[in-house]
Amino acid sequence: MCSLGVFPAPVTAAQTLFERNNELLSALHPGEHSQACDLPSPQFTRDTLKGHSRPESSSRSVFLDQRDTLWMRSAGAWRDAGLYGLLDEITNSAEEVPRFLAVGSACVLALLRWASSFHGSLFPHLTLSSDEMVAEFSQMLDWSDSALRSFAWHPHTDKFAVALLDDSIKIYKSNSSPTPTLKHRCQRSVCALQWKPLCGSALAVACQSCLLIWHVDPASLSTRPSSGCAQVLSHPGHSPITSIAWSPTGSLLVSASPVDTSMMVWDVAAESAVPLQRVGGGGVTYLSWSPDGSRLLAATPSALFRVWETRMWTCERWPCLKGSCQSACWSPDGGCLLLSMQGERVIYALTFSDLTGINNTYSSPVTACQLLLILKGFSSLSALLNISVGGEVCSLSWDPRGERLAVLLKGRADNHPSVIAVFKTRSSPVFELLPCGFVMGEAGAEPRFMQFHPHFQHGALLTVCWSDGRISHVPFYFSSAGLLGGDSPQQALASNTTNPSSNKLYTEQIS
Amino acid sequence: IRRTRSGPYEVLRMCGAGTLHTFVVIWRSVASIAWSVLLLPVTSAVFVLLSRFSLFHPIQWISECTSLLTASSTIFSLVVLCGVVLITGLFNLEFYTLVPSIPCSRMALLGTVLHPRQCVHSLVYCTMGMLVMWCASVTIGGRYSTLGIPCRQSESGEVVTCLNEYHLFLLLAGAFMGYSHSFLGVVQNMYYVSFQPIQQYKYPRFKGCLPMVVKCSVIQSLYSARNFAALYFFFGKIFINLCITLQLYSSLQPLDSLTGLLDFSLLYHLSISGTFLYFTWYLTVLLFRIYVTEAYSFPVQSTFTEDAEQCLPKVLAETNTLVMKFLALQDLALLSQHSLSRRLEVFSLSQPGGHPHNWNAISRECMSLLSELTQRLLAHQDAVASNGRVKSQSAKESNCSRESDFDVSETPRLSVPLRTPGSVFTSSVGGMHSALTAPFTPDVDSPFSSPAIRRLVGQQEPRSPWFGTVQSPHIMRRGPKLWSASTDSSRFTVIPLHGLETPVNSCSCHTLNCSAQVKSFLAKRVLIVYLFNKLPEASSQALFADSQAHIWALQGLSHLVAASFSEDQFGVVQTTLPSILSCLVVLLEAVDRHFKLPHASSKPVRTVCSMGDSTYKTLRFALRAALKTAIYKITTTFGEHLNAVNISTEHRKRLQQFLEFKE
Repeated sequence: MCSLGVFPAPVTAAQTLFERNNELLSALHPGEHSQACDLPSPQFTRDTLKGHSRPESSSRSVFLDQRDTLWMRSAGAWRDAGLYGLLDEITNSAEEVPRFLAVGSACVLALLRWASSFHGSLFPHLTLSSDEMVAEFSQMLDWSDSALRSFAWHPHTDKFAVALLDDSIKIYKSNSSPTPTLKHRCQRSVCALQWKPLCGSALAVACQSCLLIWHVDPASLSTRPSSGCAQVLSHPGHSPITSIAWSPTGSLLVSASPVDTSMMVWDVAAESAVPLQRVGGGGVTYLSWSPDGSRLLAATPSALFRVWETRMWTCERWPCLKGSCQSACWSPDGGCLLLSMQGERVIYALTFSDLTGINNTYSSPVTACQLLLILKGFSSLSALLNISVGGEVCSLSWDPRGERLAVLLKGRADNHPSVIAVFKTRSSPVFELLPCGFVMGEAGAEPRFMQFHPHFQHGALLTVCWSDGRISHVPFYFSSAGLLGGDSPQQALASNTTNPSSNKLYTEQIS
Repeated sequence: IRRTRSGPYEVLRMCGAGTLHTFVVIWRSVASIAWSVLLLPVTSAVFVLLSRFSLFHPIQWISECTSLLTASSTIFSLVVLCGVVLITGLFNLEFYTLVPSIPCSRMALLGTVLHPRQCVHSLVYCTMGMLVMWCASVTIGGRYSTLGIPCRQSESGEVVTCLNEYHLFLLLAGAFMGYSHSFLGVVQNMYYVSFQPIQQYKYPRFKGCLPMVVKCSVIQSLYSARNFAALYFFFGKIFINLCITLQLYSSLQPLDSLTGLLDFSLLYHLSISGTFLYFTWYLTVLLFRIYVTEAYSFPVQSTFTEDAEQCLPKVLAETNTLVMKFLALQDLALLSQHSLSRRLEVFSLSQPGGHPHNWNAISRECMSLLSELTQRLLAHQDAVASNGRVKSQSAKESNCSRESDFDVSETPRLSVPLRTPGSVFTSSVGGMHSALTAPFTPDVDSPFSSPAIRRLVGQQEPRSPWFGTVQSPHIMRRGPKLWSASTDSSRFTVIPLHGLETPVNSCSCHTLNCSAQVKSFLAKRVLIVYLFNKLPEASSQALFADSQAHIWALQGLSHLVAASFSEDQFGVVQTTLPSILSCLVVLLEAVDRHFKLPHASSKPVRTVCSMGDSTYKTLRFALRAALKTAIYKITTTFGEHLNAVNISTEHRKRLQQFLEFKE
């Protein structure tokens, strides 16, 4: 139980710049320079980005209505809208077709509608349109309205990709090299981005109809890589894709769609997919691979989520919760999973005990799913501004060292903005969460999405996408409590097992 | 059939001579056959239900089906079907291959289809198809049940036996489907067994694949039914008149007319029986694939010397049974990622003496696999680069250098500016070697051999016995292909090149004239050009046909090396680190150069639903991705420490690219 009132409230609602000496400093503090790090922080406004104004099918209204023959219309309806369209067309043109055909198609249509509405009543998300579904299950808050659609840091270098409202993707690097813009015919309604680990160039893009793998040569100076650089992966019935996850070894890619009960495990280079189907839940909305690669979380639109172990690909069901799983993050060692549920102000923790993998049993004993934290109450930020915060937990992010946990709290109406609360975390000897502070944007800007930089040298770096289209970076400067300077979990493990001073190669010691 | 029965015995004999491990494969195939036999009653029951289906009399339908299921004729049919499944299973064991045979021209494909072994296969499948269809027609009953029915002759009034055309129709359809199954098995590489990228238990995997199998068998059955109906429409009457002396049962509509064929019930029963037929076969294939590709855990080391043969390092070095080598490599890749305790065994030292035997054997085997692939790629590139030059002497050279010469003839633009006259002879030698190394000959002779792996290990003499043995007739016939193709490829500007070359070798002028005439004659025949023209990408696919082994070797090596950073207590791995790194970098350079060749980086067309596995078509991309990931895995783990590793400057430069994530 934790009240937001415990949090140190900032005095003013100015932009938070960085954390130093356990204190979050804002722009109004005297003597602080405005930009703390040399990472690009671009800003995109809705006006400069043109999304496509209307879907393709509605362009029909522009043209004059012309009567084709029944055959032509039926063929067109079949092509455009499949079986539904065909039946609809036949039913509507009852005077041209034999009576029994019209009646029969009307009956079949009614039956199909009834069946789909029954299916829809079991799984309400299936009644949404494709775009609404993407907006519903995207990690980006307020996806359909935002200029930024998705964001991803490269896991190894200072480079990030941003998907924009106009369905293009821009790639920014730390130095002032050209920023490539990726556009593709199939790249519509981008919902998620992820860079392939252990690779310099491959970027996976979850689109409305397919999965795109861009190969952007880092040495190339071109600003518009051709669409030949992109691999298109698609599977019938597997769209829209709302979440993707690369395995930490970079060999497999898993994609999920809320309408498909099976998630696809792709061997990207071979372009082959293995479907893993579990019917319960009615689809898969969110995927998250543990940093050690041994487990994969798959959330469904229903009140059910699964944890797959990735050795024999068996799964555990977790049906006990109230709402569907909204967001999740793994601890850096993969032993602990934090979850947030839709409509709840609660963070749950799931701890896994067999970290080492010494025993060859495939079962993964989960000790408990415990209530970690209840974010109760409202903290009034400033008496002068009369703003209070607090609400449903929408997004979670844990920094790669396991020292800071950022929680995005959804806002409500006026004077109740979304806000990011940051906790200090410690996993040994006991798990601890200490309030650190709120990360504020410029006046009027609300956070939409956040992600920690995967390998920041001096602590942790939180990148936030704001509602005004700005991307800003908030560094947290601290010295690691437990681990010494390992920037990947493996190196952290390495420096744990051996004395850091003798952490040299065998051959180095000889020579 | 006699030949197929000998299959397991051959394997058993090999076991006696070689290793105990082949029993693994035999047991697995026996288990898969047993499961397919056990599933047979279920599929038969479903078939009975569907074949007797009547919408308006549901109760009668159910009661009929239950009585039919317990009838003696059904039991007998089941016994026959069990026999069919058994033979199918034995064929799977006999014919399965881990390295697909990739024909490089349509002629080679034709040769494979007409190979005696394949003919026997087709014959057996035709027979089995007829058997299954006989069972199906007996089960369906009604007008399909018997071949001969009593009928009354119109003029004399006496009762004679007439031919029931419906029954014959189904039987012939069975034979047709059997042949098309056997034919498509060659074309689509049905017997190629590929390993999945993820591990699953057998039951979930079976459950996941089942819808695909049903879909495939339905689609295949519909296609076959359509083709067979067309065939019967044109040739049915001729066939009956030629082969069968019985009189047709005349009161029925003749089936080789449009009205006779457009009988809904007939087509329904045909497609249902066809689906049943294909489903039985596909299910056996599926179960066999699932069982054979299941991961097998080998002990890394054993305390007893008599078990040493079964340990991972020994099995890795195995060359007799390819499947064990593949399973061992898969196990290596898995243990390097998932099992800490077995990794520690790999890094351990031998008890008396303190030698890292395990690691040495494993790393040596992996690196020899990888360097063998490098050699193969380099040889292929040399062959490509030496294009055109060998041609001038080709009339006198062995068949095989022409072959190399041919497979190159698509890339003259690339090679012509590269070569200087001084390099003519060296390049021709290179061409000869490369012909040896390029596994273009479809190997249909041995089930367990990898034509690629074994043939390529050593560079053989051009006149070695290998030439006589493996070059089957259809490959000998490839001779003209080269000439025709080279003239045919005048769009590739080969002709001016010839004009330059001819005066140089005046000694072979006469033969050249002759060959030129033959060439120009053959090149005009469209059919010959069509048959002998090289299929694009085929050479690339053939080069990487067995690359699943290399992918596992790369994964295993890279993960072990990365794990050694924290787990290797004795520095066992780091002594071999320089050679591993240089081996990987050299392979990367070779692969990069290969992908610059024409057709190498073009993606194959996606196949629609078919049981044939086409993963081998994209193995080269998978290998490239696995190679880069492997190098990244090592560089990210070791980081700046790599500067202390003793490798050459160029390799260090390349690795620096990886350290900066610029690849």
